[in-house]
Amino acid sequence: MALAVLAGCSGSAPAADPAAPSAAPSTTSSDRPTTADLEALYWTRQQEAAERYTEADVAFMTGMIGHHAQALIMSDLAPANGASPAVQRLAARIINAQQDEIALMQRWLADRGQPVPHVHIEGTMLTLQMVDADEHVAMDHHTTGAIHHGAMEEGHGGMDHGATAHEGMDHGQMDHAAMDHAAMGHEGMDHGGMDHGGMDHGGMDHGGMDHGGMDHGGMDHSAMPGMLTQAQLDELAAARGVDFDRLFLRYMIGHHRGAVTMVDTLFAADGAAQGGNTFKVASDIQVDQRTEIARMQQMLDSLPRPAGAISTTD
Amino acid sequence: MRLLFTPLALALAVALAAPVSAQTLDDPRVGLRAGLFDAEEALFGLQKMSSTPPPEAFVGFTNSDLAFTGDYAIQGNYNGVIVWDLSNPSAPEIVTEYVCPASQSDVSVYGDLLFVSGEGLGGRLDCGTQGVQEAVSADRLRGIRIFDISDIRDPQYISNVQTCRGSHTHSVLKDPNDDENVYIYVSGSAPVRPADELPGCVSADPDEDPNSARFRIEVIQVPLANPAAAAIVSSPRIFEGLEAPPEHGPSPADLAEIEAARASGKFIVFVGGQDRVLPDGFAQQLLGQMVAQRGGEGTPTAADSTMLREQLPAIIAARFGTGDDEDSGPEPGPNQCHDITLYPQIGLAGGACEGYGLLLDISNPAQPFRLAAVADSNFSYWHSATFNNDGSAVVFTDEWGGGGGPKCRADDPYEWGANAIFTIEDGDLDFQSYFKMPAVQTSQENCVAHNGSLIPVPGRDIMVQSWYQGGISLFDFTDPANPVEIGYHDRGPIDADQFQMGGSWSVYWYNGNIVSSEIARGLDVFQLVPSEHLTQNEIDAANTVELAYLNAQGQPVNEWPASFALARAYMDQIERSGQFSAGDLAQGRQMLDQAEAASGAARRQMLMSLADAIAQRASGDQAAKVTMLAQAVRDLAMAG
Repeated sequence: MALAVLAGCSGSAPAADPAAPSAAPSTTSSDRPTTADLEALYWTRQQEAAERYTEADVAFMTGMIGHHAQALIMSDLAPANGASPAVQRLAARIINAQQDEIALMQRWLADRGQPVPHVHIEGTMLTLQMVDADEHVAMDHHTTGAIHHGAMEEGHGGMDHGATAHEGMDHGQMDHAAMDHAAMGHEGMDHGGMDHGGMDHGGMDHGGMDHGGMDHGGMDHSAMPGMLTQAQLDELAAARGVDFDRLFLRYMIGHHRGAVTMVDTLFAADGAAQGGNTFKVASDIQVDQRTEIARMQQMLDSLPRPAGAISTTD
Repeated sequence: MRLLFTPLALALAVALAAPVSAQTLDDPRVGLRAGLFDAEEALFGLQKMSSTPPPEAFVGFTNSDLAFTGDYAIQGNYNGVIVWDLSNPSAPEIVTEYVCPASQSDVSVYGDLLFVSGEGLGGRLDCGTQGVQEAVSADRLRGIRIFDISDIRDPQYISNVQTCRGSHTHSVLKDPNDDENVYIYVSGSAPVRPADELPGCVSADPDEDPNSARFRIEVIQVPLANPAAAAIVSSPRIFEGLEAPPEHGPSPADLAEIEAARASGKFIVFVGGQDRVLPDGFAQQLLGQMVAQRGGEGTPTAADSTMLREQLPAIIAARFGTGDDEDSGPEPGPNQCHDITLYPQIGLAGGACEGYGLLLDISNPAQPFRLAAVADSNFSYWHSATFNNDGSAVVFTDEWGGGGGPKCRADDPYEWGANAIFTIEDGDLDFQSYFKMPAVQTSQENCVAHNGSLIPVPGRDIMVQSWYQGGISLFDFTDPANPVEIGYHDRGPIDADQFQMGGSWSVYWYNGNIVSSEIARGLDVFQLVPSEHLTQNEIDAANTVELAYLNAQGQPVNEWPASFALARAYMDQIERSGQFSAGDLAQGRQMLDQAEAASGAARRQMLMSLADAIAQRASGDQAAKVTMLAQAVRDLAMAG
């Protein structure tokens, strides 16, 4: 019978600790457990995996949401700013991929009862609202993510970026009105001013941060590696055509390198990236962004050079 | 100045706003009910022999890749390794459960040896389940574990080889000319471990430190007489000089657009390695310059157009220079591969390496070198490669987003997270088409191209492939420019309301069974059934191919022994092509039936005369197939 051979390690390897995974459910006979038993065990183990995380994991997920959000802002500019087809395609892919990853990281945080950063984008202005996990779940954002675009500048087709740009959002189910956190009656922290001197997320040490208290008077997103300053974002927003392409690629390469650094920082932390799918999420981000860095460098190298001095704006 | 790119940019912007996707909602796979072990299922072209949940020690841990030896399937799992006896595909029996955590636990076999990949931070040398809490630890295993499976019910852990980035996957190479060793190609994709943990590991750029663990693969040599002495023997930098590999070139649609523009009299310029349509505004400006050049004024004439056409290359060259960007130096190309699919019998490997697909020469196993490289702006992460049987085509997959994301929703473009099919000519890769599992999936289903294998239907290139929670898909790429789906199996999501990682990690044809490793649900076994796309004879012929073992990244040559099924399969394919008349087909089949009922010299004589009659009809589009049929009948005659 199958249970009889549940042996763990054998041979030269010491025996595994059979108590580490959750104990098997009782079975009704010596035969294999019923699928109902196995399903119960499956969900128990999902929960156990979710419970294995460190402060560094939380800091990584929280920080990377903000980091990704800025990549959305940059990429959102591409169509209206006359980016080349190649840069537009790259930007559309970045939006699709990072939007999904934001949703995934929000889900990861909510599953662990951690405050979830909700992303608000208005033009080039980024606002992150820390939302309690249960409210995030109650708002039905745990599957599609919570990314809210405010009124956009002209040329962006209103607030809806169109079907392709926002595959990650199920427009059928998502009621943007419901994402007005103030109306939901909870303590949404609006960082609209973006003047958050004080707290430095660069080191990714959120240990001392009290998320629950919603006191985020000092979240300085721009201190994360590779983040653009508001002035740089505005410079990008003002650039057109090939100048936009060049600036976009340069800034996005730096931005991506910052994400790779954040992954390295995570992996250097004791006990980090072990439970749940943290290792996979972080590794995948690292791999994808390194791959895109190489591609963007290539695109940058093959960009036609304008006559005269290099100018980054019109 | 908006320069050259405006019209194309606008065209693309329109395309982006209203994506025309080949993903379809009109499919039995759409809207399947969710469930872990009781999800609703849809299938076509396949019958399901069994679905078996994982054993308790592995439930809730990710099932990963498969390897096969004899009657057994070896299934990797993030918590260890499971061995299934497939003698009865309707009721696979678990014969071994070996708990030894490591992600991804991708597995390969050779002879009595089992190799398992370890990459994650929690893998331990002692196979313990407690993980490794310290960022630097002597207990951590990241690399290859080696087991003796001479008694497959009781694997013995022999040794391991630690590598700087761990082993995400690996490929086992048995060189036809080296019977004393096997070689393992390892390419880690995770960050480099600290030198404190494994001496010599360096993560700097290679130009800063030539010993960097990035931008290279590791080749481990395993002496078969003493596998415990396995060690890294080389670290080939197969990516060197890849700063600017060729793109696979414009798509047919792009080319058609250029040609249409050229036909309508627009100006075409060659910039950045490809033809582009000169924007009207820019063209008018330059035409104005032509008018001014001859001291004229007013509307440009046909002569001005001619002059511009002559001067355009020089104008473009002067304006855009060489395209070098002096701001930043080029970054070396990819720094790792995901899968390297070895096809030793043709001396080639397909490397799916970050942003590139590589064609490698592996005739010297320890010193592989690159023959060709392709990049594709529709591909984000080249994941794996599968050759067709004669090595004239290769399917590359794009595991966009790493496999954890839902990339098969209605709005996800068909070209993203798909396969790209190339032909191979003189060591070059020539892009032909994309293929993506076509049924729209929900946001709760991770779905993107993943692992698969050829199905040895003679005379056709057919592959079965995993798409995670998009299920498995069979497709025919005999015409590499026009792949066609011919079968599938899919389930609803694990949970209707919350995203759970699941679906088919990998699926392989192995001796008549199509075996799928389901991440959450265990092991699925299927067999082919006839459909309008595939006949029973073709299935029977495929099932005459017998493999002693199979690894995910090691491709065997399929060889078909002489059989009546083989001849009938070719006959069916010729019927499908419309080459023979109904009368000829009926007569040929009747003669095959009569020969099968006969024996000895009578059978041989009937088959020889049939072969001759068939060979005389070898002409037209299907001449090659008719010749194959004639040869199959002749071989059958000789086989007695």
